[in-house]
Amino acid sequence: MSDTIILEVARFNPERGGEPSYESFEVPLRPDWMVLDGLNHIKDQLDGSLTFRWSCRMGICGSCGMMINGVPTLTCESLLINYAPGPVRVGPLDHFPVVKDLVVDLDDFLAKLQKVRPWVVRKDDFKPPREFMQSPAQLEAFHQFSLCINCTLCYAACPVSGLDPNFLGPAAIALAHRYNLDSRDQGVEDRLDIVSQHEGIWDCTVVGECSVVCPKNVDPSLAIQQLKLTATKEWFKSFLLPRGKH
Amino acid sequence: MPQYTQYQPKAYRPRMSAYWYLDQWRYLRYALREASSFFVAYFCVLTLVQLAALGTSATRYAQFEACMGSPVMIIINAIALAFFLLHAITWFNLVPRVAMRQMLGRPTPDAISSGPNYLLWFGATVILALFFLGVL
Ligand code: SF4
Ligand code: FES
Repeated sequence: MSDTIILEVARFNPERGGEPSYESFEVPLRPDWMVLDGLNHIKDQLDGSLTFRWSCRMGICGSCGMMINGVPTLTCESLLINYAPGPVRVGPLDHFPVVKDLVVDLDDFLAKLQKVRPWVVRKDDFKPPREFMQSPAQLEAFHQFSLCINCTLCYAACPVSGLDPNFLGPAAIALAHRYNLDSRDQGVEDRLDIVSQHEGIWDCTVVGECSVVCPKNVDPSLAIQQLKLTATKEWFKSFLLPRGKH
Repeated sequence: MPQYTQYQPKAYRPRMSAYWYLDQWRYLRYALREASSFFVAYFCVLTLVQLAALGTSATRYAQFEACMGSPVMIIINAIALAFFLLHAITWFNLVPRVAMRQMLGRPTPDAISSGPNYLLWFGATVILALFFLGVL
């Protein structure tokens, strides 16, 4: 096997505009190198102007997500050798505006995240004496959905996100579900109002790719379908008991 | 001397192709699943036509049967059946995603959620097969 591999990397210069193009670089093919190591090699040794995000190099910070051969992937968790003999095509995440090369603009995503009130909402002034006790079963109810690292791979995999820029999207909805299931939270009604709008859960057509690409097994598609069930039950309740509290 | 200009970011905003579902097999598979609804509707209409022919006269029903026996209709119905199976299996497999996640305080296994659908389907198929074979 060759001891090098070709990385075809997307380049986009915002000062020049136009369409992104791909530039090829030959990088060492080491058995322990991730795609991110290949990109860092380019930046350090071949072209310092290549721009991309990364931080933890261990699948925790969620900043190194890119399209590798058309699939949204964390570059710090993808062994370069798995793509041998190459070439490996690395592009910015789909469905996001590209700021430069491999860096995408996340402002819209962060605004959507904010919308779903991703924190524990209390409507009373209850102050737990020490900490707020939770049983293992109560923790288990939302634990899976709390593992999200905001890498936005799910948005890049979701065609609905690409077709409807207003779609709240998988991660934001999964996070809403995470807090709805939290025994300490009292904000379910507020969040249901937000996620039940057309641009929320009802925009999802169950493509399911968000859950396939999620590196943390959050399964956002499951969260969305479960919220559809909850929203439908609430709608029926309000329909049958219009004056009752629901 | 380098010429500096004030930075004016012009982000590139990608647009999705109208044929995005042809780009990758995983999206094409989804598109086929959605398209399968069309064939389900087709079978519903076909059943209504069959019932109408049955209720009209024996000649009419014989005409319907002759039409269904033509090679073109056999090919169309074979394709429709393939899509019908795809529709049933993909949607049955999605049932656990909208069913109760907890039963008696424990996570519900996927087989418990989707299993009854397959059992009903199998049962109905066996009854129909026995009926057509003249056992019932
Ligand atoms: S749900 Fe998964 S894919 Fe989506 S942002 Fe969170 S960790 Fe990433
Ligand atoms: S660099 Fe942090 S997740 Fe990859």
